[in-house]
Amino acid sequence: MQYDEKRLTRIVATDCGSTTTKAILIEWVDGEYRQTVRGEAPTTVEAPLNDVTKGVINSVQELEELARLKYNNPNIKFMENGEFVIPRKGDVGVDAYVSTSSAGGGLQMMVTGVVASMTGESAERAALGAGAIVMDLIASNDKRMNHQKIERIRELRPDMILIAGGEDGGTVKHVVEMAELVSAADPKPRLGSGYKLPVIYAGNKQAIPDIEETLSEKVHLMVTENIRPKLENENLGPARDKIHDIFMEHVMQQAPGYNKLMSWTMGPDHDSVPIMPTPAAVGNIMQAVAKAENIEVVGVDIGGATTDIFSVFTEEFIFNRTVSANLGMSYSISNVLASAGLPNIMRWVPFAIDENELRNMIKNKMIRPTTIPSLLEELVLEQAIAKEALRLAFEQHKEFAVTLKGTQRQRDISEAFSQSTSGATIVNMMTLGLLVGSGGVLSHAPRRHQSVMMMIDAFLPEGVTRLAVDSIFMMPHLGVLSEISTKAATEVFNKDCLIYLGTCVAPVGKNKPGKPALSAKIQLPDGTVFEEDIPYGEVRLLPCGIGEVAKAHLKSHGGTILDKDKNKELDIDLHGGLVGIVLDTRGRQPFSLPEEPQARISALKKWMRELKAYPEEILK
Amino acid sequence: MGQAYSAGLTVTESIVLRKDRLLPLKGEVLVKKGDKVKAEDVVAETLLPGKVIPLNLANKLGVTPAQLVNYVKVKAGDQISKGTVLAENKGLFGMGFMKNAVHSPNDGEVESISAHTGQILLREPRIPVQVKAFLDGVITEVIPNEGVIIENKSAYVQGIFGIGGETVGHIKVLAAAPDEELSAKKIDESCRDKIIVAGAFIRLEAIEQARKMGVKAIITGGIDDQDIKKILGYDLGVAITGHEQVGITIVCTEGFGKIDMARKTFDLLKKFEGFKTSIHGRTQIRAGVIRPEIIIPLEFQEEELTFTESKLPILEPGTLIRVIRQPNFGQIAKVVGMPKELTKVESETMVRVLEAQFEDGKVMRLPRANVEVIES
Repeated sequence: MQYDEKRLTRIVATDCGSTTTKAILIEWVDGEYRQTVRGEAPTTVEAPLNDVTKGVINSVQELEELARLKYNNPNIKFMENGEFVIPRKGDVGVDAYVSTSSAGGGLQMMVTGVVASMTGESAERAALGAGAIVMDLIASNDKRMNHQKIERIRELRPDMILIAGGEDGGTVKHVVEMAELVSAADPKPRLGSGYKLPVIYAGNKQAIPDIEETLSEKVHLMVTENIRPKLENENLGPARDKIHDIFMEHVMQQAPGYNKLMSWTMGPDHDSVPIMPTPAAVGNIMQAVAKAENIEVVGVDIGGATTDIFSVFTEEFIFNRTVSANLGMSYSISNVLASAGLPNIMRWVPFAIDENELRNMIKNKMIRPTTIPSLLEELVLEQAIAKEALRLAFEQHKEFAVTLKGTQRQRDISEAFSQSTSGATIVNMMTLGLLVGSGGVLSHAPRRHQSVMMMIDAFLPEGVTRLAVDSIFMMPHLGVLSEISTKAATEVFNKDCLIYLGTCVAPVGKNKPGKPALSAKIQLPDGTVFEEDIPYGEVRLLPCGIGEVAKAHLKSHGGTILDKDKNKELDIDLHGGLVGIVLDTRGRQPFSLPEEPQARISALKKWMRELKAYPEEILK
Repeated sequence: MGQAYSAGLTVTESIVLRKDRLLPLKGEVLVKKGDKVKAEDVVAETLLPGKVIPLNLANKLGVTPAQLVNYVKVKAGDQISKGTVLAENKGLFGMGFMKNAVHSPNDGEVESISAHTGQILLREPRIPVQVKAFLDGVITEVIPNEGVIIENKSAYVQGIFGIGGETVGHIKVLAAAPDEELSAKKIDESCRDKIIVAGAFIRLEAIEQARKMGVKAIITGGIDDQDIKKILGYDLGVAITGHEQVGITIVCTEGFGKIDMARKTFDLLKKFEGFKTSIHGRTQIRAGVIRPEIIIPLEFQEEELTFTESKLPILEPGTLIRVIRQPNFGQIAKVVGMPKELTKVESETMVRVLEAQFEDGKVMRLPRANVEVIES
């Protein structure tokens, strides 16, 4: 059901995250939808309060307080007697309340397949695309003994299980065997003990009767279309939809306070608006942008516990999402250190620091996850850690976002000589049009220049790439809002959510330090012309504001290229943003930092100064 | 003046505690409502299902899954012992030549036999599990087949981080002051079975000495990350702890690094020196916050047990706080102001702040996110 501005003049949207519940107010102001104020409060899904709605009320109270200040009107309120007033009556109430949720660990799933790299991966893709965290993928060929698989299924306690396997009409034995293992484990749901664990079957349709016989007594079995009806085809939609239905009908019912929250989310006619898993809502918005602009997009959401990466690549707009479950900036910060290693973090730090002090600082952030860096030095360190978390998460994403494995393709003569095979990554940094960052460390960086620096250093965009951030992590709210008003969601997305930071130009290939890497002649919006033969190993930042375009003539030198067609010379319009245009000649494939500590520190300082990333006192 | 919700750890000389003691699976509760229990008493027990062992009988016999029914010698629910014949074929020409039998590899029960896959699932014998009271108190509720709720009046300290499971001992304060680093020399035979209290810090050498002397648990202000790594044998990626089998329980009250134990905590532990104490290091920062606990049961009358649900701690003028991040990490202060407007701090971050007055009288603005309420 969609509503227009006559029915929706004031909307509250919340995202109940694992740490914080974030509320935003969207209003119809002067003929357009705008996001006006935001509030936040700790999420209260856990002890001692055990009721998610308490955190929602607290965040909405902050929203009310800020709205009263903004409009200098003490009568504004959205809730009365602890409930939303819907629809709005003058200063009191709102026309709709919508919400996403990843609290209490989000949606945790286990998936099974027959061959891990084929039906197993498809099942994983369906679960991730639906916004779940995949706790484990268990497959017939995953090298664990059957009794180990049973133990694993039993100890996991997921919210639901997705069973896939076999193409339609193929062998039934393996997928039934997986169902038998699930049955033997007799898994119990994570939340509550008074209901059966929901299990979705999306495998070979010939096996349905055997699957029903094996599982229907022990679990709550639901059957949907095969996720991989033929090896060459992936059919994720029906399984994803089923996951969403179950998330609402079964899982959310068990989480503390969610029954009440579900009764709150509604449109102006009191019609219910389902709560969406946070990443599913973000995925909605990302795909809409890629299609609307006809570009390839990568989006990242770096949170306290996990880092989600979303991508839309190829002409078919293939969507992929990965969750790096233990890469995050608070709960999992210590794991970033363990995974990346101290030297990889230190390589981004422009000063010397005692190793023990840094390790203890990271551990203290882990045990007190809601603290924020008050000192400049601590901010620099957290941003160095963020670069590594993002880099590692993106590596995992590239490995996952691949063409279907196990398929046979007809190759033309040129491909016959190339290395292109099934299972190759579809992430191509050279064709990527837009990189969007979100999550506290990127969206709330004190300087937008820091977000640009972190995104470039972590993702290493190639050729010409636009950069943006989600201003205040509004993508989840807008993803669920689009369910009742695409107009409101897209207007706010364009005006208030996405903040364009600028464009990065990075020639790809090897060169030698000091040798010319990029000759740039750029006519800037203020009429001035920037012209320089930029040596290899440098960074330049040119002013070019939001909505402005600079006309560039670029020529790369040495072994470097500028686009997917291997051009070394380009005439191109470069879009500006809050930060501007970054010319990055530090090299790609490979990108490397000076080995020697003093040289590295001085290079970092030079780049950070050029990018205006930090105040001068820390770069002296 | 405004107020806001905040994180907080409880440090109090008297609180009514209410603890669930539940079985992992349904079983038998051994006590009844009103019973007085000691920490060491078993209150409930059950039998956990044994491990499941799958065997592909059809493959082992060389028959199809559908044919298996003709050869199988057991049925679901049968008790079996190691060596029981599960299935056998009739041998060559049905004459018993080259007869092939499949024997059970263990004692247990037949869970199921599948005609689709030819698989048999055997379940090993059940494993007994007991739940102890963990704290001296009274049973105020029995949850049939699941466990009990125990209540008592205690002096109570929540730690910020810990390792190691539940244990019980008597408190022995070894540090002379909350800023002392505990020396290994102070840990001797008199510390056996005790819960020892360090001040600001304890190093690996002293922890090793405590383990050697049979100390049950250590309470310290701070600890070094690398020492924890050496004790555990791995680096902690996420703070989910309490299951470690390291022979000692450690509870940090302040955090990582050398950080003075809060005076209030130190004084409380000193006051209750010699008292029987229940302690665990279980920590889970995400999805159901669990913090380590130090529980010192006190004498009480049952009518005193009026349990009040905990609330989110509130920051407002007068609230006692601990700073939990640099600058001034670990220091105690009092809230004197709650400005509403966003304020820029050194890192240029715009944050909501509070005005805090330190013990030396100095007033500073600090991010609200970087303080913790000291609850009593």
